Amino acid sequence: MSLPKRRFDSLIIGAGGAGLNAALRLSAADARVAVVSKVFPTRSHTVAAQGGVNAALANVLPDDWHWHMFDTVKGSDYLGDQDAIEYMCREAIPTVYELEHAGVPFSRLDNGRIYQRAFGGMSQNFGGDQAARTCAAADRTGHAILHTLYQQNLRARTHFFDEFFAIDLLRDEEGAILGALVLEIETGAPLVIEAKTTLLATGGYGQVFRTTTNAFINTGDGMAMALRAGVPLQDMEFFQFHPTGVAGKGMLITEGARGEGGYLMNVRGERFMERYAPKALDLASRDVVSRAIATEVREGRGCGEEGDHVLLKLDHLGRDVVGRRLPGISEICRTFLGIDPAEEPIPVFPTAHYAMGGIPTDRLGRVVAPARHGPEEVVPGLYAAGECACVSVHGANRLGGNSLLDILVFGRAAGNDIIQFLKEKPNHRPLPDSAVEPALARLARWDRKGEGETVHAVKADLRKLMEDHCGVFRTEAVMAEGVDKLKALRERIDGVRLRDHSQTFNTARIEALELDNLVDVGMATLMSALYRQESRGAHSRVDFPKRDDANWMKHSLYFREGDRMDFKPVRTKPLTVESFPPKERVY
Amino acid sequence: MKLRVYRYNPDTDIEPRMQAFEVKSWPGMMLREALLEVRKQDESFAFRHSCGEGVCGSDGMNVNGRNRLACITPVAELKEPIDVRPFPGRPVIRDLVVDMTQFYEQYRNVRPYLVRKDPLPEAEVLQSPADREKLDGLYECILCGCCSTSCPSFWWNPEKFHGPAALLQAYRFLADSRDQATDERLDDLEGPYKLFRCHSIMNCVDVCPKGLNPTRAINKIKDLMLSHAI
Ligand SMILES: Cc1cc2nc3c(=O)[nH]c(=O)nc-3n(C[C@H](O)[C@H](O)[C@H](O)COP(=O)(O)OP(=O)(O)OC[C@H]3O[C@@H](n4cnc5c(N)ncnc54)[C@H](O)[C@@H]3O)c2cc1C
Ligand code: SF4
Repeated sequence: MSLPKRRFDSLIIGAGGAGLNAALRLSAADARVAVVSKVFPTRSHTVAAQGGVNAALANVLPDDWHWHMFDTVKGSDYLGDQDAIEYMCREAIPTVYELEHAGVPFSRLDNGRIYQRAFGGMSQNFGGDQAARTCAAADRTGHAILHTLYQQNLRARTHFFDEFFAIDLLRDEEGAILGALVLEIETGAPLVIEAKTTLLATGGYGQVFRTTTNAFINTGDGMAMALRAGVPLQDMEFFQFHPTGVAGKGMLITEGARGEGGYLMNVRGERFMERYAPKALDLASRDVVSRAIATEVREGRGCGEEGDHVLLKLDHLGRDVVGRRLPGISEICRTFLGIDPAEEPIPVFPTAHYAMGGIPTDRLGRVVAPARHGPEEVVPGLYAAGECACVSVHGANRLGGNSLLDILVFGRAAGNDIIQFLKEKPNHRPLPDSAVEPALARLARWDRKGEGETVHAVKADLRKLMEDHCGVFRTEAVMAEGVDKLKALRERIDGVRLRDHSQTFNTARIEALELDNLVDVGMATLMSALYRQESRGAHSRVDFPKRDDANWMKHSLYFREGDRMDFKPVRTKPLTVESFPPKERVY
Repeated sequence: MKLRVYRYNPDTDIEPRMQAFEVKSWPGMMLREALLEVRKQDESFAFRHSCGEGVCGSDGMNVNGRNRLACITPVAELKEPIDVRPFPGRPVIRDLVVDMTQFYEQYRNVRPYLVRKDPLPEAEVLQSPADREKLDGLYECILCGCCSTSCPSFWWNPEKFHGPAALLQAYRFLADSRDQATDERLDDLEGPYKLFRCHSIMNCVDVCPKGLNPTRAINKIKDLMLSHAI
């Protein structure tokens, strides 16, 4: 084969928190690891995380990992896998200490310990008083963590391929994953990276919605690569709308703002969360608060000329708290709204934020899919971690502060399991030419010249379509129409042409490849949403308003081939403690 | 609204040129959005960008003669036609995309990571709020490069002078009460170039979109060097 080729023990696609924490484990174990990222590592979207990361350190109020586990299971609306949740909540404590030792500049309490703030859905003693569990570096926790992890990887001499775009996984006839075809963005040259294991850590796909807290690069590439390699996506109907995105613009205002004492108001000046969550109020779970806001607006109690948002009030907290604990939020408000949150309330509305679903994995980060012997067979050589994966610890609704935790804990777990894998299987499997051909064909498809629609036009239509047909409240009719429209849109892709066919730093080509991915994950989302006939967590069906444990306490699986749906059971048995049986969720 | 953007594609162009575009503006529009409008007219126009809120540090560029982050620069504040060029002094890859290799190398050269030599405790290493406060104004750097690429000392000696961004990070670790490599860090910065090429021109302070002050950090390192020498 004439393509240039590089060989590593392990390939990691993605340099956000998940990818970098895995890389650190592998580099420390002397494995030859390549980290590929389409942007310079510190530009990954983990950098934007604000509020913090959960761990039951009990620095501020009494706490216990078991309470954290209860909150996470309840927050997931009982769809989370309890073995993975137990593992994550226990591992949270050493994970945060490890981060601190690595240099993360956490905010501090007077006694020198890590500062912890209140976040939504967190309780003491299995549903009792509000807990303070979210470890924060002001409101720039993601930035602090991502930079620290990158720095420690520099120290460990991890091998980085910065600004390389992964196109597709390479797979042999037995279904083993052998690496990936990547594109060097600067030169436009394709490169084969061969590896014994490949970890997908490509983050979320918020760009499939028009208004989102997610960055331009969050296009679900890894999820779509998995789909094309025959792996299904799990629980894709569960997409979190964060209650407080800046109205109409989408920048996130962290839940930490409410954790510090901020609250929501409607046009009458009412603190309306009193009606929806009498106990937890503004710190109820995100799905609950988002529905409350959407309901207020639908029923005519929204604010502003169009009555299309509500207000988040922080001015009563005082300039000191706002300045010291929420400096990043203050900056966002000044820059994008021209207001000072220490004086004026912030206009907010639920905004597409986080994918609970993704590539199905087990607790060790291994990708699992239905095969001959059961619903959870390991795909040889393939791992996934972070927002692109579904372990599943978030089930139907993620708690704030649990995603940074997820990416760190399972990034690390994947790294550790890969070390084991490399010990047991020290040799590369042979890489046949035929394994590279489908990926090359996908790339070549965009070389076609001539007239046609633009990438931009189709992408704009897709994002509008998803917003209109798969939002906070869903019905059969609206979603079925959405699926029809999306199938039509998928057909249009074949008629899209690039005008720019140059090689050097061709961003148009990258966006075209990303559009392919967005369409695939958009279809997974809409199909799964249409399929699930109940309301659970972030998935609220107006036509099926109740949770239905008898029929639907199961994970959904979407396969790209034939747009097929399947399902598998929830793991309700934890590792060492008693199971939390499903209960009605009240906050 | 009128913009003039720098165009250069090595595949097809012998020389760079400025190209004029007319785009419709809206209230609150940021320069990044204006450039995305340009891209709608001409998809071959290349620039880096991602988060759109000033935290990823991708879209640093030179706007009307000054280095800025496009995503947090309101177009209403800019004189028209808005002149948009790549960072000065860096090799241009294409249009606004420059080669930042040297900038990242200088960052790597200051050992930008916490070093602990003592055995690690089973919980966090304690740090008082006052000690933690010493990191404010340092750790927030987003590595956008606006500062170093507007620094004449960096333009002339990019391979020898670390530049403001890397030195700010050098100080971030010197200032961290948890770090235990002060001597090595200061030894590393010895010599006439790495640190001492800074002539306090202060362009870096002027342009930093995060309001950070590399010059102050550099001066603090110089103070530490003095007491270190004694
Ligand atoms: C604004 C905002 C605030 C948040 N705040 C919090 C919070 O306070 N607490 C919390 O717990 N969670 C928070 N979250 C969620 C959390 O930050 C994310 O879920 C998490 O950071 C995702 O990390 P990741 O490592 O999976 O992916 P990312 O950090 O998104 O990294 C993905 C990586 O994959 C690479 N990549 C993607 N596609 C390709 C490709 N085709 N080729 C090569 N490389 C590719 C990218 O370059 C990048 O390096 C927040 C999210 C947002 C959007
Ligand atoms: S110091 Fe400021 S200008 Fe320089 S790289 Fe950091 S954030 Fe950018």
